[in-house]
Amino acid sequence: MDLIQFPEMSRSSLRTLRQVVDGGFRDFTRAWGDTLESLFSPLQSLLTLIENLLLRSPWPLVLAGMAALIWLASRSSRITLGSVLALVVVGYLGMWEDTMRTIAMVAVCTMMAVVIGLPIGILMAQSNRANAIVTPLLDMMQTMPSFVYLIPVVMIFGLGKVPGVIAVVIYAIPPVIRLTNLGIRHVAFDVLEAAEAFGSSRWQKLRDVQLPLALPSIMAGINQTIMMSLAMVVIASMIGVRGLGQPVLQAINQQYFTMGVMNGLAIVAIAIILDRTTQAYGKRLQKHAEAGR
Amino acid sequence: MSDIEIRNVYKIFGPEAERHIGAVKAGMTKTDLNDRHNHVLGLYDINLTIPQGKITVIMGLSGSGKSTLIRHINGLIRPTSGEVLYDGRDVVTMSPSELRAYRREKTAMVFQKFALLPHRTVLENAAYGLDIRGVPRAEAESRARHWIDRVGLAGYEDYYPRQLSGGMQQRVGLARALCNDTEILLMDEAFSALDPLIRVDMQTILLELQKELGKTIIFITHDLDEALRLGDKIAVLRDGAIQQVGTGQEIVLRPATSYIADFVREVNRGRILTARTIAVPLPEGEEPPAFVVRAEARLDLVARQMTREGVAHARVRDRQGACLGVIDLPAILDAMVNPADVAAEAD
Repeated sequence: MDLIQFPEMSRSSLRTLRQVVDGGFRDFTRAWGDTLESLFSPLQSLLTLIENLLLRSPWPLVLAGMAALIWLASRSSRITLGSVLALVVVGYLGMWEDTMRTIAMVAVCTMMAVVIGLPIGILMAQSNRANAIVTPLLDMMQTMPSFVYLIPVVMIFGLGKVPGVIAVVIYAIPPVIRLTNLGIRHVAFDVLEAAEAFGSSRWQKLRDVQLPLALPSIMAGINQTIMMSLAMVVIASMIGVRGLGQPVLQAINQQYFTMGVMNGLAIVAIAIILDRTTQAYGKRLQKHAEAGR
Repeated sequence: MSDIEIRNVYKIFGPEAERHIGAVKAGMTKTDLNDRHNHVLGLYDINLTIPQGKITVIMGLSGSGKSTLIRHINGLIRPTSGEVLYDGRDVVTMSPSELRAYRREKTAMVFQKFALLPHRTVLENAAYGLDIRGVPRAEAESRARHWIDRVGLAGYEDYYPRQLSGGMQQRVGLARALCNDTEILLMDEAFSALDPLIRVDMQTILLELQKELGKTIIFITHDLDEALRLGDKIAVLRDGAIQQVGTGQEIVLRPATSYIADFVREVNRGRILTARTIAVPLPEGEEPPAFVVRAEARLDLVARQMTREGVAHARVRDRQGACLGVIDLPAILDAMVNPADVAAEAD
């Protein structure tokens, strides 16, 4: 017996296997593609709405609005000023429009990730079975090369924003889920017991104790999710998502070094703005932890 | 209000507790259960009446099952077998919603590690129980303010627990429990985490409040002095079984087992025993002494009083003015010394 050559299934059966799976999926796409697409059309509208809001309003208004939001969240003049400065430089270097598109995209993706991820995280924390089922799925989502799940998404939705959002959300959602779960599971037992002893229902326990005490962890998860969606924006540009990713992709293809670096740095600037702002916001929510004696 | 009756309560910890309950009732020991079946015997045949309006102390060292026992009273832990009766109902058989209502309306609990909500202010923490019951904000806050004031924390309403010392945090814990205005107050080693002086302060606060509130209090402690100071009734627990139940004086004077005798050995008996305890009838034909002491007076104070006055005999009189008998200084000194110490000295 030949022990050097690994025993493989025959080429023809392998081909058949691939054909069957691909064929099945293609049939599914043909049958359900339109339904799925219409199901996701509100997402498309939301994304377009935010994009238009950012792109069709006068730029000083947009800048002022962003500065106000950053100030409200962080209450830090340093972060606000730095952010405004970064946005001005990015805009002056001709990347205003792409930057706005990327911000719109990240905003929508983060919203989706939180809206979907938070309940899943809560469920995982409440039920060990849910935890056992979802954890390997998350592992898979985080290790599967992102190009691989771009394929079915594109097959169903074609090129465009919606498949972009879906791909980004799949890539970026695991931290929200994991850290919500972890945060709730780490809530001190004695406080939970006190809630129980005073006659809390499950919902009251979640609302009064588990979520507030898990908040630092949840905020860290949201922060990670934002960073990961930004990172995914470049890859999503391959399936037609417009924004800062596209010029980067173009720069790679045509070896435009400066263009690549400039757009890359713009992404970094957005990342830093979002990171500092959300972190400052998270800290502010925890003001009881900061209170001195 | 009613007494709390704990009847034939057994608790076995482990995945198949029900399977072993028969063997335990037939006399299998804690060690056997642990070694052979890997289950832990938490409580063994507990029978205890907790009188209404009194402080009942459950005392034992760590691992004796005292914290397990107190959690049976509000159903945080369910027994493997047995009943916990209150107001004619068995806590053990309550449905989840009945149990929630019972916890909200009849019981409140104070915890060893305070278990306050770190993200809520003192005021919001104190109002927590009322919040859960759905009492309107304004009313909850005014009641919370009242109790914060009563435990001596007025002015700290807007502080966060982290900003307070341990003693102050436990006052918040106490205010939170009192705010619910329940008949039963469960205190699980409530003062054990506090410094000795603060602990005595808190005991004083509790005794003062109890004088006017008359709640049914179950107090867990590992500290004999605390038990003797607070307890109208004391139950001593060891390895999940009750060793002795009685008043502080009964336990100090007549320890039921050598374990309890060891326990009470270091107690300052002069502070525990009262004149009533050692009063003897006036011998026939003797003139009653002129000096009078109160029946509830502590022996150490009585001894001091008598030496200061230079008298050797005294008459013991109770609150109604009836004469209970006489005492003399040698008898007082005798009672204040532990017999075990006398035996050790003689060797």
